[in-house]
Amino acid sequence: METIQQYFVQFFGIQWGSMLFSLATNMIFIFAIVVPLLLGVAYLTFAERKIIAYMQIRVGPNRVTFFGIPWLRGWGQPIADAVKAIMKEIIIPTGANKFLFVLAPVLTIMPALAAWAVIPFSPELVLADINAGLLYILAMTSMGIYGVIIAGWASNSKYAFLGAMRSAAQVVSYELAMGFALVCVLMLSQSLNIGDIVSGQEGGSLLNWYLIPLFPMFLVYLISGVAETNRAPFDVAEGESEIVAGFHVDYSGMAFTVFFLAEYANMILVATLTSIMFLGGWLPPVDVMPFTLIPGFIWLLLKIAFILFFFLWFRATFPRYRYDQIMRLGWKVFIPITLVWIVVLGLIMQLPESVRSVFPLNIWF
Amino acid sequence: MIFQDIIFYTFSAILIASALGVITFRNPVYSALLLVLSFITCAGLWLLLEAEFLAIALVLVYVGAVMVLFLFVVMMLDINLDQLREGFWKWFPFGGLIALVMVGEISIVLMGKYFGLDEMPSPKPHAADYSNTKELGRLIYTEYVYAFELAAVLLLIAMVAAIALTLRHREDKKIVDPAKQVNVQKKDRLRIVSMPVEKKNS
Repeated sequence: METIQQYFVQFFGIQWGSMLFSLATNMIFIFAIVVPLLLGVAYLTFAERKIIAYMQIRVGPNRVTFFGIPWLRGWGQPIADAVKAIMKEIIIPTGANKFLFVLAPVLTIMPALAAWAVIPFSPELVLADINAGLLYILAMTSMGIYGVIIAGWASNSKYAFLGAMRSAAQVVSYELAMGFALVCVLMLSQSLNIGDIVSGQEGGSLLNWYLIPLFPMFLVYLISGVAETNRAPFDVAEGESEIVAGFHVDYSGMAFTVFFLAEYANMILVATLTSIMFLGGWLPPVDVMPFTLIPGFIWLLLKIAFILFFFLWFRATFPRYRYDQIMRLGWKVFIPITLVWIVVLGLIMQLPESVRSVFPLNIWF
Repeated sequence: MIFQDIIFYTFSAILIASALGVITFRNPVYSALLLVLSFITCAGLWLLLEAEFLAIALVLVYVGAVMVLFLFVVMMLDINLDQLREGFWKWFPFGGLIALVMVGEISIVLMGKYFGLDEMPSPKPHAADYSNTKELGRLIYTEYVYAFELAAVLLLIAMVAAIALTLRHREDKKIVDPAKQVNVQKKDRLRIVSMPVEKKNS
């Protein structure tokens, strides 16, 4: 690493050399995050189809394989889907606003990928270890809605427009509950840095995870995350039986696939955030011998996979919410719960030291 | 330092261009989107000033929530552009006067001679672990707590007033109580009747 940096400095001069070196290393880190993420997205679609198929007593995709190996049947499906999407034509409807129509998928996937910059995968493994990391993630995820709105408007179609309107109202409503749930996490961890939030949950076992003192917030965050990513049972923005496919009804080929990728990348992001905020991130559940041998990165992946399974399970289990019930759940149930919990946490934190040191409060406060 | 200068001038150019676009584009949706772009570039400029909390809060509040609702409304409106552009020259002197006053005020402040801005030291660069959020929180909740609470109460009043003004009680609304829906029993809705088997008429 040092020698490469010196090579850069010799070649480009002291000022530009070190700048280009940090640019090059950052580009490599970005690729190291985005490429596995997109592969993960591809195989998440495969996992979704398989898991929902088994829940509905079907088989799921079981044809495409690599090099004719029989026990890999079905595993080539995401790759085949990707190739199919790339080969398809992108049709721009007449009367559509061409510039915004093409811009919309880009605006959807950009925040979904940009938010990963501050996610730590282990204590050292993080691209940008910034102080306001959690705020940055909130800001990035709140920008994702623009792609949906612009797509709905630029398609010049009533179905697409209705889907976009529904999605906009839903995402704005659930963002509030999500933000308040994260405020509770901040109150416990006293830091906006995501690495600090995980190390605040350290202490030997899963009793120290924020899951236990913030259990209602965990539920609120997880459900709001499902609503935020427009997944079933909150997928009124796409509602096949009502408005065909919602905001992306006029998109085809790769343009549609980009929306699809962004939705799944957002799912993985919400699952990652849930495991970092509430399930202790890279920390093992119990700090004893067989568990500590497994590296933290693997623990984080296991927790993400666990939460993602919930997303798929919800989709296979629940019927779609009616629109007014979605709004009621967001505004009249979740926001009051989070507000009350913030006050409760504040009161506990203001208790005198002697009371707080009584078991079990001494674990978390 | 040169790298920061490049970023500053690029961002300022984008900011000015998009702000001009907001008032010159004919399509209101384009104007709203350019306003979003100018908010984001403005946040970038604030990041250069090490005001990361304010920058991200700007994106979070204005880009993430306010402008979404703004776009929502602009897209739903059926605006007749010709009607909107009528009377441009009639109002031009009035608008021009306001613009002139604003330019004058801003230049008095920025010229620095009267406010001593040329003697102002440049802000101290902070260490990487300096948390501007924590500092801001400490100031808001200690020194400026009354002003902060007053602003909060003002916003709350505005919110309650807005809801009260637009609230309509409709008589014909069909609202179902979800608690009742969840607690419904099979015997409340389903009636099983026993009846003799009907014979097919031939």
